[in-house]
Amino acid sequence: MTEQLDAGLVAQEIAEHPDALSKPYAGGELGRGRRRKEDAKLVTGQTNWTDNITLPGLLHMTVLRSPMAHARILSVDVSAALEMPGVIAAYSGADLADVMGASMPCAWPVTPDMVSPVHTPLATDEVRYVGDGVAVVIARDRYAAADALEAIAVEYDQLPAVVDMEEALKPGAPLVHSEKGTNQCFVFDFPGAGADYAETVKNAGDDAVVVRRRFRQQRLIPTPMEPRGVVVAPIAAADEFTMWSTTQIPHILRIMLALTTGIPEHKLRVVAPDVGGGFGAKLNVYAEEILCLVVARKLGRPIKWTESRSENYQATTHGRDQIQDIEIACTKDGTLLGLKVELLADMGAYLQLITPGVPVLGAFMFPAIYKMPSYHFTCTGVFTTKTPTDAYRGAGRPEATYAIERIMDELAAELGRDPMELRRQNWIKHEEFPYEMVAGLTYDSGNYEAATDKAEQMFDMAGLKAERDRRRASKDPVQIGIGISTFTEMCGLAPSRVLGSLSYGAGGWESASVRMLPTGKVEVVSGATPHGQGHHTSWSQIVADSLGVPFEDVELVAGDTRSSHKGMDTYGSRSLVVGGVAIHKATGKVIEKAKRIAAHLLEANEDDVEFGGGTFSVKGSPEAKLTIQEVALATFAAHNLPDGMEPTLDSDYVSDPENFSYPHGTHLCAVEIDTETGFTKILKYVCVDDIGKIINPVIVEGQIHGGLAQGIAQALYEEAVYDAEGNLTTGSLVDYLVPAAPDLPHFDTGRTETPATSNPLGVKGVGEAGTIASTPAVMNAVVDAVRQYGVNDIDMPATPERVWRAINGEGSARATAGTVAYGGTSTGSTGGAAADEALDDNRSAL
Amino acid sequence: MRVSMKVDGVTYEDEVEPRTLLTHHLRDGLGRVGTPIGCDTSNCGSCTVSIDGESVKSCSVLAVQAAGADITTIQGLAEGSEWHPVQKAFQQHHGLQCGYCTPGMIMASVDLLTRNPSPTEDEVRHGLEGNLCRCTGYQNIVKAVLSAASELRGEGPIAGSFRDADEPVPATSGASS
Ligand code: FES
Ligand code: FES
Repeated sequence: MTEQLDAGLVAQEIAEHPDALSKPYAGGELGRGRRRKEDAKLVTGQTNWTDNITLPGLLHMTVLRSPMAHARILSVDVSAALEMPGVIAAYSGADLADVMGASMPCAWPVTPDMVSPVHTPLATDEVRYVGDGVAVVIARDRYAAADALEAIAVEYDQLPAVVDMEEALKPGAPLVHSEKGTNQCFVFDFPGAGADYAETVKNAGDDAVVVRRRFRQQRLIPTPMEPRGVVVAPIAAADEFTMWSTTQIPHILRIMLALTTGIPEHKLRVVAPDVGGGFGAKLNVYAEEILCLVVARKLGRPIKWTESRSENYQATTHGRDQIQDIEIACTKDGTLLGLKVELLADMGAYLQLITPGVPVLGAFMFPAIYKMPSYHFTCTGVFTTKTPTDAYRGAGRPEATYAIERIMDELAAELGRDPMELRRQNWIKHEEFPYEMVAGLTYDSGNYEAATDKAEQMFDMAGLKAERDRRRASKDPVQIGIGISTFTEMCGLAPSRVLGSLSYGAGGWESASVRMLPTGKVEVVSGATPHGQGHHTSWSQIVADSLGVPFEDVELVAGDTRSSHKGMDTYGSRSLVVGGVAIHKATGKVIEKAKRIAAHLLEANEDDVEFGGGTFSVKGSPEAKLTIQEVALATFAAHNLPDGMEPTLDSDYVSDPENFSYPHGTHLCAVEIDTETGFTKILKYVCVDDIGKIINPVIVEGQIHGGLAQGIAQALYEEAVYDAEGNLTTGSLVDYLVPAAPDLPHFDTGRTETPATSNPLGVKGVGEAGTIASTPAVMNAVVDAVRQYGVNDIDMPATPERVWRAINGEGSARATAGTVAYGGTSTGSTGGAAADEALDDNRSAL
Repeated sequence: MRVSMKVDGVTYEDEVEPRTLLTHHLRDGLGRVGTPIGCDTSNCGSCTVSIDGESVKSCSVLAVQAAGADITTIQGLAEGSEWHPVQKAFQQHHGLQCGYCTPGMIMASVDLLTRNPSPTEDEVRHGLEGNLCRCTGYQNIVKAVLSAASELRGEGPIAGSFRDADEPVPATSGASS
């Protein structure tokens, strides 16, 4: 086609460098199990973690943290620290009071009267949790900065710790923020979109069966393997700053830093370099980010702070921590009448970026996949003297899914029904979509029957049930339990209008730019910042497929507010459903522009030009063709463009989703419980997830596996424990049981494909599905194994000690009686010798 | 103290404080930042390197204790541009996501396969219990190690966990394994 291109540079280039242009597109990019582009640097140790960054004259910051849960600060004396070798500066909260900003932001006032306490990056008057920052040291190296912390003298006047949420709400309880006069942060009341719950149950009269349980969502510590870190480089004379931070949200962070410190937004560049996992814990604006920034501004020197793991456990947000009082009602034939949810949610000592929003997000998920005429949700947020909570993988949805899936099993037990049959009776049938839920959402698509049928087949449900029943009958010391979770979730956060109606401080759109380079290569700029999800690979597949260019020719630009200037970042399983769709639409705009130029160059009517497989061709004249790379080169030269045409193919798109996406699936778990030790072993785990159309099945499966691991860890291993004085007793990886390889089973994964109808790619989010679904599947299996001993609930994590105590009639077991059942939750602190041994077994993996 | 050690084929001689951890010396002193730090209690394994052929958590050793040692980090594992079979297998079987645990996980796996060239799945899981990964759920790491073992024994890599390599997967595939 070169003779049809303009003379000069264009034709000359192609003649001299035929390889300058790309190979033709081979097709089949969507749904293909591409191995990841990002792996090359990761498997060879060439990754750019924040802590790797070093700069001339770099100084190191360390933070002195409160050893007490609650105390008045009487004095902070940094003078001795300043005398230490290598120390450049040391500041108390009071020293930085006029530069560090009035308060760190909470972007989600869930009610108009929410109590929102001042939260300064360093405490100035009181410390309110173990780990609250009190002072900082700046020194020439990290050892000197750590040593000097010990020379800072702080006088405290101890105040009572506030550890228990229910105690905290009682009149006369000690207050976390005395100036607020209450420990209650908010009460969010949501009567659903259906009938009144109490009225509905009353009207059913004698036909109503009601089951109540109290479930506890223990406190969890997200534990991304990379702790947090910050580096700030100032250009002092220009009052300009570059920050590298281990953050999921460079774009949101930049705005919030500008608003908090008063440094103009355009003078701040925030970069998320390679980030080693986040899971919600890096979805925040943290004290150390502000402190590094204001200290760098004060000293005019680059500053670095690197978190230790012990600091991470105290100073990075925790997750979950709810008490859930759940009541479900149905008629005697098992048809659901409604659901009532009363939550207590632990905020911790302060409100971080979206602390109050996390439990409130759950409001929309409790009814899950079930049809019911009535629903009522209330949530009370409570302050305690503990590390603030915030998003942790799933954020609000795992809590809801756990409660509904657990109580469906309890209801089935009460009715003497098979738990899957009861679910089938009540779930939305595939032909009933789109379906308007009692919680107000409209589910666009789903097929719960297909996913369940497939999962049961992979699981060998009949065989496992037979074995379970045999062991029950023979009183085998090792019992089997079978657990189900037929979950759905809302993800792809989120339609901006919906976020607005929930009083969230921003929208939920995502931005993309597609840049065609002169040689036909493509840069795709995304506002969704990756931290392990494989965006480089998946986005390359989307671009390759729509532009018809080779996968290898696409490069992702992300995670830097200077080069990807606009974005809402990565959380809530939103990258593909919002960000990926934006990319897809931006490529559409590139093709539109290229088509006009191709028509002009081919001297054809635009309506006669077709595009496919990366090539523009003219209907009826097969030899009149131009590849998109040739058009890119011609556009760059700009010698022969249509009159008035801008010489660029580059295009932007900002996509605001019209609805959430609703992945669903059926997870089945079989556990073996040694009734003599209380030890639980997962025998078999099968999950069939329906996440719609798939871009890359390899990456999808990885996301499911990782999600399952975190959900199973909540069920069996992990718990952040505070003692009565408010000390975190699980303050390191020694005491907090992040599972290692021997602690997890092999997962059998399968999928069904019901495309989402709310976006053009038909995709749904996948990042959180495994975590959301797996916790109740495991716990339902644990309870199923021991229900024969009169147990109807066990607190998470189901440690050998707790299971042993439940079997032996202590602690958390209460028998179900009559039509109204109550669950118990208390657990003791010591177990039998056998239980201790099993507990040790469990820990030995670490 | 003056300490000399060979790291990824290069001999370095430096003045180090007696209390400096090997991991800090590698990262801050020598600029070998391919080995990351994930904890302060020697529990996570992110910092694993090979010292005289044996895998060691470099945060549990002082730099002075490694005087005279021959150390290989993740940055010295490949032969030029040719990756070690374990590195290749981690990519092929998607044994990493964020990649933070990966240098340590790969170094520990190399050591495991030196000691046990034909491990079972269970032996791999137990052999790697000192290395934590928060992203993958371990299943693909285990597959990668088993595949690398087979490759190192000269039997070629084992079949992928994903239908095959880069092939498109049928719309409603069954179990992937
Ligand atoms: S950093 Fe060495 S084991 Fe965690
Ligand atoms: S890949 Fe992220 S910790 Fe292992």
